[in-house]
Amino acid sequence: MNTAVLVTFGLSIVGAIAIALAGARAVRFSRWIALAAPAAAAWSGLSYLLGAGPGGTGGAPYIGEAVVVSVRWLSRADAGIGVGLAVDSLAAAMLIVVGVVAAMVVLFSFGYMAEDRAQARYFSLLSLFTGAMAALVTSSSLVGLFIAWEIVGACSYLLIGFWYTRKSAANAAMKAFLVTRLGDVGLLAGLAVLYHETHTLDLASVMAAVPDLAGPTVALVALLLFAGAAGKSAQFPLHVWLPDAMEGPTPVSALIHAATMVAAGVFLVARTWPIFEAAEGTRLLILAIGVITAAGASVSALLQTDIKKVLAYSTISQLGFMFAALGAGAWVAAVFHLVTHAAFKSLLFLAAGSVIHGSGTQDLREMGGLRRAMPVTSATWIVGAAALAGLPPLSGFFSKDAILEAVWHATPLAGAALFAAGAVTTCYITRATRLAFCGTFRGSARPHESGATMWLPLVVLALGAASLGAASGEFARAFGGHGGLSLPVAAASIALAVAGGLVGWRLGETGARRAQSGVAAFVAGGWGVDAAVVRLAGASVVASAALSERVDAGIIDGAVRAVERLAQGISGELEGLQSGDGRAYSGLVAIGAVLVVGLTLWLGR
Amino acid sequence: MTLASLIVIPLVGAALCVAARRSPYAVRTISLASTLVTLATTAAVWSVYADLGQPIVAGGGTDSPFGFVTLLADGLAIPLVALCAVLSLVAVLAAWGSEREPTHIALLLTLEAALMMVFLAADLVLFYVAWEAVLIPMFFLIGGWGHEGRRRAAMKFFLYTFAGSALMLVGLILLARAAGGETSMNDIVVLLTAGSQRAVFWLLAAGLMVKVPVWPLHTWLPDAHVEAPTSGSIMLAGVLLKMGGYGMLRLLTRYTPAALDEAGPVLAALGVVGIAYGAAMALGQSDLKRLVAYSSVSHMGFVVLGIATGTAMGYEGAVLAMVSHGLVAAALFFLVGAVYDRAHTREMSRLGPLGATLPRWSGAFVFCALASLGLPGLSGFPGEFAVVLSALPVLGGWIAVVGLGILLAGAYNLRAVGAVVYGGERPADATVRWPDLGAREIVVLAILCAGIVALGLWPRLIGDLASGTLEALAAATGAVR
Repeated sequence: MNTAVLVTFGLSIVGAIAIALAGARAVRFSRWIALAAPAAAAWSGLSYLLGAGPGGTGGAPYIGEAVVVSVRWLSRADAGIGVGLAVDSLAAAMLIVVGVVAAMVVLFSFGYMAEDRAQARYFSLLSLFTGAMAALVTSSSLVGLFIAWEIVGACSYLLIGFWYTRKSAANAAMKAFLVTRLGDVGLLAGLAVLYHETHTLDLASVMAAVPDLAGPTVALVALLLFAGAAGKSAQFPLHVWLPDAMEGPTPVSALIHAATMVAAGVFLVARTWPIFEAAEGTRLLILAIGVITAAGASVSALLQTDIKKVLAYSTISQLGFMFAALGAGAWVAAVFHLVTHAAFKSLLFLAAGSVIHGSGTQDLREMGGLRRAMPVTSATWIVGAAALAGLPPLSGFFSKDAILEAVWHATPLAGAALFAAGAVTTCYITRATRLAFCGTFRGSARPHESGATMWLPLVVLALGAASLGAASGEFARAFGGHGGLSLPVAAASIALAVAGGLVGWRLGETGARRAQSGVAAFVAGGWGVDAAVVRLAGASVVASAALSERVDAGIIDGAVRAVERLAQGISGELEGLQSGDGRAYSGLVAIGAVLVVGLTLWLGR
Repeated sequence: MTLASLIVIPLVGAALCVAARRSPYAVRTISLASTLVTLATTAAVWSVYADLGQPIVAGGGTDSPFGFVTLLADGLAIPLVALCAVLSLVAVLAAWGSEREPTHIALLLTLEAALMMVFLAADLVLFYVAWEAVLIPMFFLIGGWGHEGRRRAAMKFFLYTFAGSALMLVGLILLARAAGGETSMNDIVVLLTAGSQRAVFWLLAAGLMVKVPVWPLHTWLPDAHVEAPTSGSIMLAGVLLKMGGYGMLRLLTRYTPAALDEAGPVLAALGVVGIAYGAAMALGQSDLKRLVAYSSVSHMGFVVLGIATGTAMGYEGAVLAMVSHGLVAAALFFLVGAVYDRAHTREMSRLGPLGATLPRWSGAFVFCALASLGLPGLSGFPGEFAVVLSALPVLGGWIAVVGLGILLAGAYNLRAVGAVVYGGERPADATVRWPDLGAREIVVLAILCAGIVALGLWPRLIGDLASGTLEALAAATGAVR
């Protein structure tokens, strides 16, 4: 298992370099290398879980059950700042998620990206991303986690802007990086506070020291870590980057912006759970943010006409569900939903990719009737949609119910809002399903089913999306909890899902029309936060330019010029210097040399 | 003797370049041989120090009239000597093919020798001579090979640093007087009263802070960079700016520890303002080279902040930040120079989009921009991280201003990438085919990028080398607390 983890990194880095160097001509062969790292990641996670046996270790997340490697990285102060890798149940579960989804996405991309000239860059970045994501989930220190955290962010930046001739892709990439970096600055500050208080950033040592920390300190650290998590996981009001990130290739959206990187925020909170467990006030805030995000984004998803934007807002909303669970204290439920969501959302994204590939459009209003032309795609999509809607016995039903139950017990008000968000979820996904797959085709191309490399991953992920719910008991026990469903919650959520679905079906009929009111546009555009962010960014550039001109060139430099003029007035000699004449200067140097020699003799006497 | 050869070899190289000025081929061979041998010697010094852990001393002898020519290589000097050796090679390669090439290269090699002397000097007099000697080749490089406004920029550079140096000279004299005329850095025993220590501190700091440059003494820097030739910018940003941070660690920590400790909050404040201010300035620029120049002001703020903490980790962060900035800024200035050679403009609005036109250049530029914004995994992060960790107790909530600087670093770098690399086809009037990076340019960038990755993944490369010396310096500052 240790070897498998190290092999994952080796393969991903060597793969990234090899694919890039091999270039465009060899990509038909070199792209297979990009499958190696995901396979190794999935294998290392699986072999850990199989070897760990039933029961797990119980209680809070733990680190260092199987330490792979640990070294000092920076500074000898205190014990130094170390980096290392370790695998526990949480890391193993994440490794499987990352490995399986990445492998399916790479395979899917064989077909999806076949026509692209820059495939070498594409598969190279995918390989690097997989390695960095694996490092993120197995890191045994917060520094290592942060490094990997930022590298996956950079990969995301480079892949969103993959089609660099599109200006919109460039802007989306920049926005994604900067908005998440806003949260990352908070995370960095959180690390600094933790280091200041505990003199280490090793996860196990930090968590052991948490009980000794003062209440306000823990609350502050939890808040700062959550800022990082909220940026990465697109929580209100830092959600604005994710819909734009759909500018990237669709398989990238499936891997990075649905299943793995955006879930890293949830993982971070779970990984540092003792801190959040001790910070009740911060958890309340997380609950509020989670519910607001889940509800707000689900309504936005209802109003989208772009199939990828529907899924983007859906992802934001589902991540909101996970944060609501974290806020309610149910981190195991949050992580379980992370796993099932990774399966059904990456499935939906890849199915959407297949739809875009086969129908030549991503506008829902130009689709319709695709179930006849694309039978495999539509069947797998419906599995994913039903899992998202939380219909039994699919995976989403189990994971979402665990969340609803936990939140309902924590705060009935938040629970009610989350139930409503669940109903809207069914509503928007039913609407999108009807628009895309039912009725008659409204577009201009001739839709066709995608090739085997594309539909095979869909089938694999559909199996996962359908069956993972059966593992809910096992999963809960592996983390020391207990499985089982609450019957009233399940009944209520199924009833709401059916109601939402019926409304969504109606909306799917009328939604093909184009008109949108002002309010709808406001909601569809992410509740106005987006526009504010763009305005702020533009204003800051203008302000910086003005600052540069007035303060730097005006005041500071002006003061210097005044002194310069004064000096010129006092000494005509300086006037001569202004000529830049070499002889005058060498004369000055000679004088200086005499002074220095004189000084030496004087000092040495 | 090995240490002396670090100064002598470049000087010999410079002389030979002038002698062989008729043959460009000979000049290039000489310049390459000279910088490579210096680099190899540096590597030897590095490995000897890494093995022994003891400072390497050369020269000295009290009866000689040149007793002040003593050299010392320790954990503080060697990283900067290595940086100087690498960047001199890069600068020489950047100067190939320029006008009056032999003189240009000879000046660069002279500059290398002078810089080596600054970092190796173990005597106050020698240190000051070297400090001033650096000015001369740099002045001529800007004045002789610069762009339109070079005279004014060269003058501004000269006036600023000369004014600073004059104050520093007074400080050095006061220091040597207080030590009873002793000028050997290792033998100086300071017994300064609080008042005179404060005076010496601020006099020395004035000269050092101009060089760093510390806000608000930075306005010479953008002008000097914009007008300097590429080779000059590489040496200026890559090595010359490090003289300030080096001098602070070498002189202020040992001889004026109480005053340094007292001035810590002031220095920290100046550093923090520099970080945010430089970044905000960079965001407002339309000239790519000026943008990189202002980013230097921001990055040097981290160095000052690290030194202001008075801790070994802060010092280590400062050294890491200096070496990293040396590599990153050199790479960026090299790239800006490369694109200027082709496009004859540095206006970002007129350069882009280059993604399809110059793919290799674009790839390298994106990489260096990510390094400049402090992406973990690349060299900028470890130093800034160590500084942030050690500065938290000093700054408290003001750490948020550093955070703003980090955020702005992302903004100005990615804005530049967005403007220059991304976008559709170039407008029809600019269809002149520019060649993408050639072999020489790729070699230069490969050297720098390899360093950026190595230091980013494994900061102990520098950290382990420097930490012994830096811990001793921090102990000196800490002892007065």
